[in-house]
Amino acid sequence: MPKHQIDPNKWIDLYSDYLFNYTITRVRDRDTAQDLVQDTFFAGLKSMKNFKGEASERTWLISILKRKIIDHYRKINSKKGKAEVRINYNSDSEDEGDWLEERVADPFDKTAEDNLENTELGLAIHNCIGKLPEKQAEVFKMKTILGYETEAICNELNITASNLWVIIHRARTTVAACLEKNWF
Amino acid sequence: MMNKKNKLFISCDEASHNCDKSQYNEASFLEKIKLSIHLLYCQACRKYSKNNSKLSTVIEGSNVDCLEIKDKQKMKDCFEKELKQQQQ
Repeated sequence: MPKHQIDPNKWIDLYSDYLFNYTITRVRDRDTAQDLVQDTFFAGLKSMKNFKGEASERTWLISILKRKIIDHYRKINSKKGKAEVRINYNSDSEDEGDWLEERVADPFDKTAEDNLENTELGLAIHNCIGKLPEKQAEVFKMKTILGYETEAICNELNITASNLWVIIHRARTTVAACLEKNWF
Repeated sequence: MMNKKNKLFISCDEASHNCDKSQYNEASFLEKIKLSIHLLYCQACRKYSKNNSKLSTVIEGSNVDCLEIKDKQKMKDCFEKELKQQQQ
């Protein structure tokens, strides 16, 4: 009996934001990132029978996504007519799957370490949001990450402003506690 | 009864509400004043306020991102179509 079951019906709700956040820190273009995530879901659907249940669904999808991202960089490199840039994973360290490029210091921005940490922090935040009830998660993301106006959210979701603030309050309390436990 | 007198002194519920609002820059000047007064004497709310601001700072500095609602819906529609085809 495999440990993990696969059920594509909930994929978009459960994983799309997590995968998107993972991608956007690596390709830095919203449209491209979105396409890659979409491709990943399709590819996952096609190869569902290969899912052995040894890893969680999310881990499995991330491993597909990683390959999609590599393919993406190969493609734009050959488009530009450049010599192929060999992108190696650092398979010898425990951070398997981290890009070589991410380890190179960028003198103009924060340190590479900061960036890496930020990437992981983003994923940690999504992890914590994932633990919220669906409605709370949605409102919290719209308000805090996408920065929608209170009124816009109320109209979109058909809730009152005081309703929204109650939801936000609960979500903030939970997310703060979760991050406190898992990050700081 | 004490309505008039109590206008500047608010309950913990109201204080945390004002605190949440101020995380999104949506608290009015008066609300901020009331919150500050409350924080002077309420330790529990001081703690909440501190954690709340910390959360805002962390999220702001994290570059966390997520899909736009309509993009996600589009993705969902596309995927469900594919899913149906697969199941036939």
